[in-house]
Amino acid sequence: MTTIAPYRSPAAHGKDGFAQALRAEWTKFRTVRGWVIGALVGILAMAGIGLLASGGGQASCQSAQAGAQGQQSSNCAHGISYLLGPNGEPVSDNFYFVRQPLAGDGTITVRLTSLTGRLTPADANGSSLVPGLVAWAKAGLIIKENLNRGSQYAAIMVAADHGVRMQWNYTGDTAGQPGTVGTANPRWLRLARSGDVITGSDSADGTHWSQVAAVTLAGLPSTAQVGLFATAPDNNQVTTSFGGGSGVSGGPAEATAVFDQLGTSGGWTAGQWAGQDVGVPEIPGTGYHQAGGQFTLTGQGDIAPLPAGHGGPADSATTVSDYLVGTFAGLIALVVVAALFVTGEYRRGLIRLTLAATPARGRVLAAKAVVVALAGFVVGLLGAGIAILAGQAITRAKGHYAFPISGMAEARVILGTAVVTAVASVLAMAIGIIVRRSAATVAAVVIVIVLPYFLAVASIVPLSAGDWLLRVFPAAGLALQQPYPAYGQVTMHYAPISGYFPLSALAGLGVLAAWTAAALALAAYLLRRRDA
Amino acid sequence: MSNALHAEWTKFRTLAGTWWLLVAAAALTIAVSAAAAAAFSCAPSACAPERTGVDPAKLGLTGVAIGQVLIALLAVLAVGGEYGTGMIRLTLTAVPQRLTLFTAKALVTAAAAVAASVLAVGGSAFAGWLILPARGVSAGNGYVPLTLANTADLRAVGGSVLYLTLIALLAFGVTAAVRDSATGIGLVLGLLFLFPLVSAVIPDHVLARHLEQLAPMTAGLDIQATVGVPALPLTPWQGLGVTAAWAAGALILGAAVLRRRDA
Repeated sequence: MTTIAPYRSPAAHGKDGFAQALRAEWTKFRTVRGWVIGALVGILAMAGIGLLASGGGQASCQSAQAGAQGQQSSNCAHGISYLLGPNGEPVSDNFYFVRQPLAGDGTITVRLTSLTGRLTPADANGSSLVPGLVAWAKAGLIIKENLNRGSQYAAIMVAADHGVRMQWNYTGDTAGQPGTVGTANPRWLRLARSGDVITGSDSADGTHWSQVAAVTLAGLPSTAQVGLFATAPDNNQVTTSFGGGSGVSGGPAEATAVFDQLGTSGGWTAGQWAGQDVGVPEIPGTGYHQAGGQFTLTGQGDIAPLPAGHGGPADSATTVSDYLVGTFAGLIALVVVAALFVTGEYRRGLIRLTLAATPARGRVLAAKAVVVALAGFVVGLLGAGIAILAGQAITRAKGHYAFPISGMAEARVILGTAVVTAVASVLAMAIGIIVRRSAATVAAVVIVIVLPYFLAVASIVPLSAGDWLLRVFPAAGLALQQPYPAYGQVTMHYAPISGYFPLSALAGLGVLAAWTAAALALAAYLLRRRDA
Repeated sequence: MSNALHAEWTKFRTLAGTWWLLVAAAALTIAVSAAAAAAFSCAPSACAPERTGVDPAKLGLTGVAIGQVLIALLAVLAVGGEYGTGMIRLTLTAVPQRLTLFTAKALVTAAAAVAASVLAVGGSAFAGWLILPARGVSAGNGYVPLTLANTADLRAVGGSVLYLTLIALLAFGVTAAVRDSATGIGLVLGLLFLFPLVSAVIPDHVLARHLEQLAPMTAGLDIQATVGVPALPLTPWQGLGVTAAWAAGALILGAAVLRRRDA
């Protein structure tokens, strides 16, 4: 009797682990021609649409706001350059200054008894000013590196609707005592210099002082310009119309401040005070007069950062957000690929082979998620990188003005876009496993990511509803693309179309990640639970 | 032809998903329209039309911008579903005249889209008629309230139904051309939503206006305007004509692909 030995393959046993599952999924992804083409289409669409949106044609002259504060020339979009602050960001630096040079360390104290003003009303047809104060009209004490616009400064002031503030170097802003100012409720303000450190304090009665902030102005020269200032930014009212976007109306405003009890101490001995405009006022009317110990200053402009974006003072500058509009094209292409990556397996029945080869279903899901996330990350990184870097080069080559951005912020936006596309691709894959239908998956993901942004941007829904959509839906993740900070001390319509989102980058990513995690959890449950 | 129509109709009505999608499209459109109308508010002193810029018809029909996604999905699945399952080969065996088949399928899809649109747009208009006057968009504040009694509102409502039907035909044609439902819906949604986003950020205002005249969604939705019509990039009917041209182009492309290629 012969025994028949069953056949044994001489090949060594293959390993069965996550790495193998990952390799299998990666092989599937890269060998399906349509998926690789889809990912490439995503990169090209992102970059191409971004370039079209940024460099296409000539900027219209109407978009350049003539006479915008801090703007050195307003020859349409060509030749525009914005005043830059000490940290390289565009700033406004226009105000009325009653000052004198003071050397060494010292202290200056003053009492502000009145802050009034005039402004151009929002629905004005002519240019007549009416009494009124814009919210960020401000007056107080300032110490400034020199009389050049854009130089370093620190100031303690009262802002019309925002109480006492300590502001420095354009972007810094700390709140002191709240409340408005008047003869019945004056505000005492004090600036003290000790080397490079400037300390601002406020008081309601001149005896009880509280420190608002102490800031360091690196390299402040020994002799600095010290004195009183008053200024008021343009009265810009944002009006939104349904389906018609938002517009800005209004015009110049001025602030008039009355000071008394001006005194210097410490190392500072005050000589003669002299008044001058810093920057050129938009309309006549600035100046000061001194009667007894009372100083009355009238000024126009703003000492503040210049926010980027549509409808703002820097409207005609191309921003990083403009280059990123193609993100949605890339996202749609990625969502199609990510959906097909799983639904294709269900359609062809390949999923049964996949699950036979890797019976640990959670491992299959994890491997697919990693592959899809990687594809999404690469598409987002290349798409956004090309769009931003090439877009800026084209904008400059055409002579348009690209709003400055630090290299760090640029890298953060590009990386943020890659993270958004990666997580959104995983969300699409998870929904694909849940519904198993490719078209339904694509429609669902577009509804939760692209449509909320579209509705908010196109002013189809009211502003508050638009903000709400960008907080609740996965579209919140787009906050990772916000290139510039929104400045509380500058009144502007910080809209999503200009790259300002209602949530912070991390909170937005959290919302997107929470949706994705929930979808993945449901997908994992259903993948285990259902027959393939 | 009538047999082909009958066959397509049988396939269409016996799929469970079809009816869900039709109901969902109408429900979503009405819900979004009603929510947009209810979310509108204005201070009693600032409710005049020139202050708010509100177009009652446009506001009351906001949901069309969302509902069109599901209408497009319906049309995409009508074609793409057959390619996904391989059913298309059986269909072509039964009806070898491919243009007849294409026409029959397009007619059935369009009829379904009309039915869903009438429900969706009619419901939205009714919701707007109920909600808007209470939110300050009333005759007392100087608005022409949303009714079907004036020609402009009739154009907005009837035009929205036509618009949704044309979007269904556009989606139908595109999917017949690419023969895959996921790619089809991706392309259609890209066509619809990318144009307005790009034209919103483009620095060249002339080019932006041309994009709005060219895009199937922005041009077509001009049909909803009842206020400020002269300032539109196109007249309402010209705008709908642009959408019709897109739909016709997509249908021709889809028919050509169906005729020339093996299924």
